Amino acid sequence: MDTFLQQLINGLSLGAIYALVALGYTMVYGVLRLINFAHGDVYMLGAFAGYFIANALKLDANPSVLWAILVTMGAMAVCAVVGILIERLAYRPVRHHSRLTSLITAIGVSLLLEYGGQVVFGATPRFFPQMVRSEIYSLGGVQITNQSLLIIVVSVVMMFGLHFIVHRTKIGKAMRATSFNLSVATLMGINTDFVIAFTFALGSALAAAAGVLVALAIPRIDPLMGLMTGLKAFVAAVLGGIGNIPGAMLGGMLIGLMETGLGATAYSTYRDAVAFGVLILILLVRPAGILGTAGPEKV
Amino acid sequence: MSAARKLFVVIVTTAILLGLNWIFEYGVGDFQVNPYYARIINLIGINITLAVSLNLINGLAGQFSIGHAGFMAVGGYTATYVTVYFGRQLAALAGSTLAGAAGASLVMVLSLIAGALAAALAGLVVGIPSLRLKGDYLAIVTLGFGEIIRVVILNIPSVGGATGFTDAIPITNFFWIFAMAIMTIVIVRNIAVSTFGRALTAVRADEIAAEAMGVDTTRYKVLAFVISAGLAGVAGGLSGQLFANPLNPQNLNFVKSIEVIVMIVLGGIGSITGAVFGATTLTILPEALRTFDQQFPGLRMVLYALLLILLMIFRPQGLFGRRELGWSWLRLPGRRPAIDGGVR
Amino acid sequence: MQHMKFVAFGRGGLVLASAFLLLITVACERKPGTGGAETTGDIVVGMYGSLTGDGASFGQSSREGTELAVEEINGAGGLLGGRKIKLLVEDDQSKPEEASNAVTKLVTQNKVVAVLGEVASRRSLAAAPVCQKYMVPMISPSSTNERVTQVGDYIFRVCFIDPFQGEVLAKFAYNDLKARKVAILKDIQQDYSVGLTDSVMKHFTALGGQVLDPVSYSTGDSDFKAVLTQVRSQKPDAVFVTGYYPEAAIIARQARELGMKMPLLGGDGWVGDALKNGREALNNSFISNHYSGDNPDPVVQNFVTAYRAKFSREPDAIAALAYDAVKVLADAITRTNSTDGPKLRDALSHADVPGVTGRLKINALRNVDKPAVIQEVTFVNGEVKFVYKTTINPN
Repeated sequence: MDTFLQQLINGLSLGAIYALVALGYTMVYGVLRLINFAHGDVYMLGAFAGYFIANALKLDANPSVLWAILVTMGAMAVCAVVGILIERLAYRPVRHHSRLTSLITAIGVSLLLEYGGQVVFGATPRFFPQMVRSEIYSLGGVQITNQSLLIIVVSVVMMFGLHFIVHRTKIGKAMRATSFNLSVATLMGINTDFVIAFTFALGSALAAAAGVLVALAIPRIDPLMGLMTGLKAFVAAVLGGIGNIPGAMLGGMLIGLMETGLGATAYSTYRDAVAFGVLILILLVRPAGILGTAGPEKV
Repeated sequence: MSAARKLFVVIVTTAILLGLNWIFEYGVGDFQVNPYYARIINLIGINITLAVSLNLINGLAGQFSIGHAGFMAVGGYTATYVTVYFGRQLAALAGSTLAGAAGASLVMVLSLIAGALAAALAGLVVGIPSLRLKGDYLAIVTLGFGEIIRVVILNIPSVGGATGFTDAIPITNFFWIFAMAIMTIVIVRNIAVSTFGRALTAVRADEIAAEAMGVDTTRYKVLAFVISAGLAGVAGGLSGQLFANPLNPQNLNFVKSIEVIVMIVLGGIGSITGAVFGATTLTILPEALRTFDQQFPGLRMVLYALLLILLMIFRPQGLFGRRELGWSWLRLPGRRPAIDGGVR
Repeated sequence: MQHMKFVAFGRGGLVLASAFLLLITVACERKPGTGGAETTGDIVVGMYGSLTGDGASFGQSSREGTELAVEEINGAGGLLGGRKIKLLVEDDQSKPEEASNAVTKLVTQNKVVAVLGEVASRRSLAAAPVCQKYMVPMISPSSTNERVTQVGDYIFRVCFIDPFQGEVLAKFAYNDLKARKVAILKDIQQDYSVGLTDSVMKHFTALGGQVLDPVSYSTGDSDFKAVLTQVRSQKPDAVFVTGYYPEAAIIARQARELGMKMPLLGGDGWVGDALKNGREALNNSFISNHYSGDNPDPVVQNFVTAYRAKFSREPDAIAALAYDAVKVLADAITRTNSTDGPKLRDALSHADVPGVTGRLKINALRNVDKPAVIQEVTFVNGEVKFVYKTTINPN
């Protein structure tokens, strides 16, 4: 029973990471119908931004929750800007071209960030400073660290926050309108360029937060760290229903649990394939995702 | 074209290829082909097969597949497996050994057939779900499939796992590479100008409309996947059995699939000439940039990524668009017929 | 299906074909003469490594070690009466196919007298046949798969081979730690790890111990709690982590976070700056090693100081091995007073050089016979320290 509970906790912690990154994916896809392949790399940039800020503030020697929060916000701000830049420079020019073109552009940006990161930061993994002292809580035979708890809590909070923004604010309404139909939204007087930029900024900020939190828990960062995580987060978003915020959360948790579950069996070496196997299955059975709404395709 | 004329063309081509193959292996008098360039030329040939086969799905049929490396892997590993574990017996059937020309040729043909069939089967497996999926979703499923293949192969010790299939026996040579490249071009070209090709074009333009017009989109899409995958499998079989070129699951991943996509995008999606051009350019480019690379390590890949982005922004149709190379290119400017409608 | 028209190549095809023939003609060159190697000018040595891609951090380390050694040799006057070593470094992007391209270029275009590389066995295995075919010696600094040197008599290495390290670790675990039931975590993406795992299993079982089914992870993974929890439930006496230091550090941390207190064991792959990540979790771990930065031997200390001065960081095992590979090559060139392929090969097969990573005596299989030391890993005052524990000699 111990082991099962422990694995459950492990799965949820892992899932929360995917969920945080998936939130950003799902938002951008919802508004732009674009799979932002570079999203995972923005997550990586968030971790690096946090790294440089934290080192500049010499936090390794003086861990402090307050400063940690500031570092996270700093990283979020940096990545929000990066997100806006990417959208403006790479995605907007191809917005009205075919979907294939946009997708390839996104792949190009992703590669640029990865290889660029290797040149600028060096390929050797760096270790993130400990901004918050690590503690382990034990309940019976089950262990959980304060960082894992933090990740779970923060992702749930972010989800609610995002949901609030999208459904209870004016800008959120504008986002939803743009996602239904871009041209009509423009006709209705919505500054769609601004809305799209805002969406990217928000999504990127979330990815950055995820990056910093993960780096806290698992202090190794390198320019390629966003690759696999990004892909799996995308699968999570699709699983939960792309464009659906609670869906991204649910999808992330499910992927995390499934991966952990498989890791516990003799087939642990196939863990990477789990996410994709699940993806294929869900797209065959229920393409809209678990919480998504299937819409008829109009001609 | 009459049957006799076809036969004539095939014989002449084969003869030329065999002659070139001889030159590649033994040189002519005091001259030889520089081994480094020879290797690059061989790699170009394999990449041509890959690019042109991908063009069938992505270009002609307009389906978005980014799992091509997976088909290459399935075909390549199957073909190499056949040669490594059954090669000797098969060669003996021809009364020869793996080192002899007859034996090696027979084994090469058999292994490529095995690889093509296995890859085609994989294409079927991927093609069927594709019926229900469009655009981005299809792309991700093909990506996922490619990754699953990679993980599965990584876990099979008898084909080398993470170390790669280093037991492979190097029976690939210039002749087979370019014979297969030419075959691929001929197959795809014939498809393109046939009813099958027209159906694919209809599917690419507007699938629902095509369905409404009575085109059996299901059949043609799946067929496109199967043929394309089979040809990729052939490329894989050739690649894995090339001297000093073992198959490795780590490198048959989605980055490889993307490299093939860049080849056809550079040349122009939908154009076979474009695919050939793209394959050639992108095989030579990394090698040509080596000196640059020594000055600025790592920058080469950054430039590659930038090239991709700029290409999409400024010339998404690639170099050739959907056109093919023909005599019309040599006409004087001002009298060029408008293709694809409109003036450029 | 309708009968398909057979369209041959058409006009476009002829143009393409002619372009190709032109390409092939351009690629022709005069056959190389049968004369011996160059006797004047710089001695050109090639190195291939993964400077970009997923193996980049190791590629960069090995490049740094190599460059340091070359710089030292040239600074001391070069070889063969004042000839300097000219090092040509080629990137293989972490791809075996590119490794072969790079080595083919180095050997046939640049006419290097020897090739250094690679770190990963799978890339060494891809490129070695090229060196063997053109009779240019290849020295791998860190490829541990047995089969690398089996490719041919021109292929050498200066590191342990998997079977040896596995034996050393198994013996230590069984005899010194008195472990009887062990678990193994292996990195399925690294041939080093897979090979070492197989070897540990073989030797530990031969000693009479029980090895639980190995559990796999991938390079770059950051979450190991799932597999560790499973391992925890099987209550092993010790856990082997046969991969490289970036993951080993995190595995150690997460294992301790799960309350696993048993000793952890690893190979020389654990040696690297980023192992620091493991912090206190690293205590009660042991590794088999050849190189220790604390070793007071001046050969080692000079290397560490020079490396630190030039690159502003501590060298890892891979940099040290790359450095040694150059020294072995230089020694062979000097002894045979030539850069001729066959002569170098013969000289290398009798090499016996005091290296940073131990005494490098090349044996009949073109591997090195050097003893392995077991070191205890400790984390003290924010630094990782390897404390000598015991030496285990090859049989």
